[in-house]
Amino acid sequence: MKIMVAVKRVIDYAVKIRVKSDKSGVEMSNVKMSMNPFCEIGVEEALRIREAGAASEVVAVSVGPAQCADTLRTALAMGADRAIHVVSGSLGPVLPLSVAKILKALVEIERPGLLILGKQAIDDDCNQTGQMVAGLLKWPQGTFASKVLLDKEKQVATVEREVDGGLETLSLDLPAVITTDLRLNQPRYATLPNIMKAKSKVIKKVTLEELNVEIKSDLEVVQVTEPPKRKAGVIVSSVDELIDKLKNEARVL
Amino acid sequence: MHRFLSTFASRAKPCRNSFFSSIPNPSSSILCGFSSLCTPIKGWRGFSGESGGRESLLYDVVIVGAGPAGLSAAIRLKQLCRERSADLSVCVLEKGSEVGAHIISGNVFEPRALDELIPNWKDEGAPVEVRVSSDRFLLLMKDRALPLPSPFDNKGNYVISLSQLVRWMASKAEEMGVEIYPGFAACEILYDKDQKVVGVATNDMGVAKDGSKRETFQPGVEVKGRVTLLAEGCRGSLSEKIIRDHKLRDKGQGQHQTYAIGIKEVWEIEEGKHKPGSVLHTVGWPLDNNTYGGSFLYHMKDRQIALGLVVALDYHNPYLSPFDEFQKLKHHPSIKSLLEGGNVLEYGARTLNEGGFQSIPFPVFPGGAVIGCSAGYLNVPKIKGSHTAMKSGMLAAEATFRKLAEGVPMESYWDSLKKSWVWEELHKARNYRPAFKFGLLPGLAISALERYIFRGRLPLTLKHGKPDHEATEFAGLHDPIQYPKPDGIVSFDVPTSLYRSNTNHEHDQPAHLCLRDPAIPELVNLPLYAGPESRYCPARVYEYVSDEKHGPKLQINAQNCLHCKACDIKDPKQNIEWTVPEGGGGPGYTVM
Repeated sequence: MKIMVAVKRVIDYAVKIRVKSDKSGVEMSNVKMSMNPFCEIGVEEALRIREAGAASEVVAVSVGPAQCADTLRTALAMGADRAIHVVSGSLGPVLPLSVAKILKALVEIERPGLLILGKQAIDDDCNQTGQMVAGLLKWPQGTFASKVLLDKEKQVATVEREVDGGLETLSLDLPAVITTDLRLNQPRYATLPNIMKAKSKVIKKVTLEELNVEIKSDLEVVQVTEPPKRKAGVIVSSVDELIDKLKNEARVL
Repeated sequence: MHRFLSTFASRAKPCRNSFFSSIPNPSSSILCGFSSLCTPIKGWRGFSGESGGRESLLYDVVIVGAGPAGLSAAIRLKQLCRERSADLSVCVLEKGSEVGAHIISGNVFEPRALDELIPNWKDEGAPVEVRVSSDRFLLLMKDRALPLPSPFDNKGNYVISLSQLVRWMASKAEEMGVEIYPGFAACEILYDKDQKVVGVATNDMGVAKDGSKRETFQPGVEVKGRVTLLAEGCRGSLSEKIIRDHKLRDKGQGQHQTYAIGIKEVWEIEEGKHKPGSVLHTVGWPLDNNTYGGSFLYHMKDRQIALGLVVALDYHNPYLSPFDEFQKLKHHPSIKSLLEGGNVLEYGARTLNEGGFQSIPFPVFPGGAVIGCSAGYLNVPKIKGSHTAMKSGMLAAEATFRKLAEGVPMESYWDSLKKSWVWEELHKARNYRPAFKFGLLPGLAISALERYIFRGRLPLTLKHGKPDHEATEFAGLHDPIQYPKPDGIVSFDVPTSLYRSNTNHEHDQPAHLCLRDPAIPELVNLPLYAGPESRYCPARVYEYVSDEKHGPKLQINAQNCLHCKACDIKDPKQNIEWTVPEGGGGPGYTVM
């Protein structure tokens, strides 16, 4: 069985984000980019399933401009067998619904038994792609996975999900979509020998035309602003003053 | 190069223990020109199985540090290979998460070495664009500024971000076949049985704070080379070990190295205030007459300016905090007006060499050489070290090539250094900085004499004062300095500034700052010197924290570390040893 893992290239989590002065977006030039942390967890989980013998191949895919190849190299260095790069060129950020359509087209070509994604990307925090692609494929979905157990014979995945009320356990018939949450695993380091080996692994480039997918953006980013600066706190001297402020200034009473 | 890898990669996967060194070299026909003095593994990169539980990778040349010196050496090596139809595998290890992440410098760049290395750098798109348009020098007093004639001659120089230039150099190096691996810290020097350096080993990754192995544990890897070049920058951790063990300072120019700490911010300022190429240097306030240092303010492009304060680490007052002096500086009327309405993009700090000519160590050790700022080629009166670091890397590459291709001993590097413009330049500049051990005004006077009359031709060479760590006087002899609170507009506190450096380390790892004797901070540093490390560290890694039961105890917040090496230099008893943490950690400079 093949596992397909979708990874996204985002601004590194340790970088201090700045909004562009024209408010059209976030400053992306001269900024360190890395693989989305949840996607790293996805790659790690796919590798563990393969190492346990329940899958034969891990294919990493990514949608984006030329530099996405670096992100795919990281996935290959962690241990993925091959990679597919869907070149989006200068279209700008590709939104979740478009990515979902692209993944659906790839799934129909590659026919994996499992599609793993990060639960959300740390740049847009959409938390939509996994759910949308499951809907388009009409596949069962286990999102916010904190534990995944694969039964190879029965072709069933048991997924423990972290939900608001606690933990929910689902049983999914394969093929299925799983999105990863933080506590699923600790991604492995890409070692130097593996990075070297990854340079010779194949990254296949695919265009949107070949996939027969048309990207039409139905969302337009109007403005991006920084959150308002936090005002200094005020120490109140009595309960009466507190009630007065809550009533007349904050207007919450 | 990659065709070799694909041959081995397919064989490397199933059997990690087989000995690939026994497989005949498919490219041996290219290398038949090499003399028989060289070992049989040439122009070749492969896996040599495991030794001591660690995998080994073999290269012809291993370079530690992807900075100006390291990358210049790598590029020059590949150029020589192209010129002489040879093939040498070159591997560059970089502890930063990406190339340029740990590069911070003023920087007014003299393109002399770049012109020699890549003559058509302009067409190749090097980020060297803003020509110096004006050059001012001010003597600052508390609220005034006295213009002085500029001692610098920056005609033909550029205001750049060295971090960006290094990133461009790395792309050029990779185009030529150099392998660069960011995120890997070289922590150990490897020796063979004859005490010759055969390479370096990278850190074990995934070690927990208590030393146990975490789930993600990966042992380090041995990266072996026929020649190893250490290009770790100022006070490099491996370089210092090598210099000490092989007594390279005594074999070289003889004097100890002296240092300064540079604290820098890059600001984006209002449109009307920005003049690309404008260069300003100051001396005087906020530093007193016994503390050597000064500030710089350079206008880059895109409304960005580089602003910083350099404080020599031979200061006497243990209550001095270079970070707070920098915050004070920004309130000076000549500077404050420029910053108002702007915002800080990045913050960082790094120590730099000030020893110059007198402190150059003999750079060659059995198996390799120390290059760039790890040896120390900064021209103090010019305050430029990038061009000399690059040239030192290029000369090392030429010596390395001579060694590997012709069997000429590496010592030829020392001779070529002495014949180069680096030597001539540093010789001419040698008496400026040592003159300041007599004080600010005598120093300025002697410097003026050197600059306008003697021009380095005096037959004497001034010696340095005490080593920086011995220059700190007892706290009892000084009064604590009351620094003003940051206003959050122009001056900031350390946590805010640190956030802007994009610094990050895996928190669950052993602290990389080691105390040789854990009792010294509470026995010596705190009572005698009032804990100077809690003040000179620009990241506030060191804090003396008390609780109800015990008196103040040193707490090391290693995760904040900016890798500046000030503690390794300035600790009075040299008790703090900076060792390299897990690769990929540390600051994330992009425009510094």
